[in-house]
Amino acid sequence: MKHLLDPTSEAQPAQRQMLPRPQSLAGKRVALLDISKPRGDVFLDQLEAKLGSLGVATLRYSKPTFARVAPAELRQRITSECDLVIEALAD
Amino acid sequence: MSAIPADFSGFIVIVKRDCETCQLIVPVLQQLAATADCLVYSQDDPAFPPGLPAVRDDRELEVSYRLDIEIVPTIIRADAGVEVERLFGWNRDEWRALSNNPGLGAGLAAFSPGCGSKSVDPGLPENLAYKFGDTRLSARRIEVAPLQDEHELAFERGWSDGLPVVPPTEDRVLRMLAGTTRAPEEIVGVIPPDFASCSVEKVAINAVMAGCKPAYLPVVLAAVEAACLDEFCMHGVLATTYFAAPIVIVNGPIAREIGMNSAHNVLGQGNRANATIGRALQLVIRNVGGGKPGGVDRATLGQPGKIGFCFAEREQDSYWESLSVERGFSPDQSTVTLFAGGGVHAVGDQKSREPESLTRSLAAMLRGLHHSKLYGGPDALLVISPEHMRVFREARWSKARFREALAQELVIDSGRILAGKGGIAEGMPERAAGGHISKFREGGLQIVHAGGGAGMWSAAILGWAASGAKGSVPVTVSVKS
Repeated sequence: MKHLLDPTSEAQPAQRQMLPRPQSLAGKRVALLDISKPRGDVFLDQLEAKLGSLGVATLRYSKPTFARVAPAELRQRITSECDLVIEALAD
Repeated sequence: MSAIPADFSGFIVIVKRDCETCQLIVPVLQQLAATADCLVYSQDDPAFPPGLPAVRDDRELEVSYRLDIEIVPTIIRADAGVEVERLFGWNRDEWRALSNNPGLGAGLAAFSPGCGSKSVDPGLPENLAYKFGDTRLSARRIEVAPLQDEHELAFERGWSDGLPVVPPTEDRVLRMLAGTTRAPEEIVGVIPPDFASCSVEKVAINAVMAGCKPAYLPVVLAAVEAACLDEFCMHGVLATTYFAAPIVIVNGPIAREIGMNSAHNVLGQGNRANATIGRALQLVIRNVGGGKPGGVDRATLGQPGKIGFCFAEREQDSYWESLSVERGFSPDQSTVTLFAGGGVHAVGDQKSREPESLTRSLAAMLRGLHHSKLYGGPDALLVISPEHMRVFREARWSKARFREALAQELVIDSGRILAGKGGIAEGMPERAAGGHISKFREGGLQIVHAGGGAGMWSAAILGWAASGAKGSVPVTVSVKS
């Protein structure tokens, strides 16, 4: 029997599961993450106003550069301070 | 496992029928067998040599492999299961001394050279190493069913960039690994986007698939190492909607040793090393890192160099110091530089004979890269052809002098390129008004010499929109054996 050697990492992650959607935003804190692309702030300003009018608490964050993944420190801060995240891609 | 039986004292002889010297010494073997303990192994025919009490069958070549036989006949003297001495070929005096038998081979020629052992026939050492379990390979083995086409299997499993790959069989991978002294299990880097640890073995598997020769492996390993450096930002280069991909530029002696092209059609097809080294890096990113178009690779248009883009600088007759020397390496060091770049843009100037004129031509094209109204964005890699280089050489312009003159031509009054100017919404933001601005960031223009001897064409390769500290900077690493 002929064999080939596997060129992959052999560690293909199992399909990532979506977290359960929250039933309501009541009492939740929402992170608004700007990835530092142009006009991301415009989009997040609108969301912040809309969520604010519904009485939902928000916190603003931004990545240092859109070209790189978010630093671990930023990810940990968002995780510890908020319940969910809305990320603005923009352009 | 030793091929010499424990406690065996006597002689072990490896022969094959298809060797004139082995046939010549048949009487010698008969003499030896009559007076001492002898184990005679035949590589091709257990009926040869005739007239012995026993001949052991080594057509599987296991004993030959384990005893590391390169020439037949080989005679080994063993004492209590341990090799004491060995000879190969026929040399009457030496055989007599080794066997302590002064009458051995009387009447035979004093000397006859041996033949190559069957165990070192081309391709066999790797097969034998695999067969007898001495490899250190740890990659998962994928079974190819008897009626399955191995090329189609590679496509079906998603291993291919769209072109056929060389099936990565164990023996091919072992031959590839012979191209480096590094251990198969050594980790070269962590490959984005999955951040998977990548061993020398995994690089070798992908290099086989790309079509590399073993001699290219050190260059591929250096390229993978460079792509894993944080400042190169391979994750972003892959994930961007822009055109960028890792472009591999090779400097130093290894480029000549492995036959890389730095001359005619240097950025094109046709040279195995150029074509397959760049492809091997991309296959590592695809297969080990998991970076695929439509997945994390989000390029809007991409460009043909994303199959692989690799070339060597034409150093031998360059008037200027090479890219690697500019970047702090010595000319006799072999290096790999990665530049996150896109497509090739032509500069045709057949009239300039003065360096000032040619510099202005090159600058005019460079100013238009990406967008003529956007400055301080992507880096660029300028490829100066030999005929354009001649203009600078004849005027005795050093690379530094050219850089200085070019930099002056690449500065613009920012008021001319503000957003909205010239009826074009794109442009520099209002805050850039009232000053001068350079097309490239400091250190953002790389310059190499390459191409065929005829043609007053040079080329610029566009960098990534996110160049510099916020994205990718070019990186250079030395090539290890």
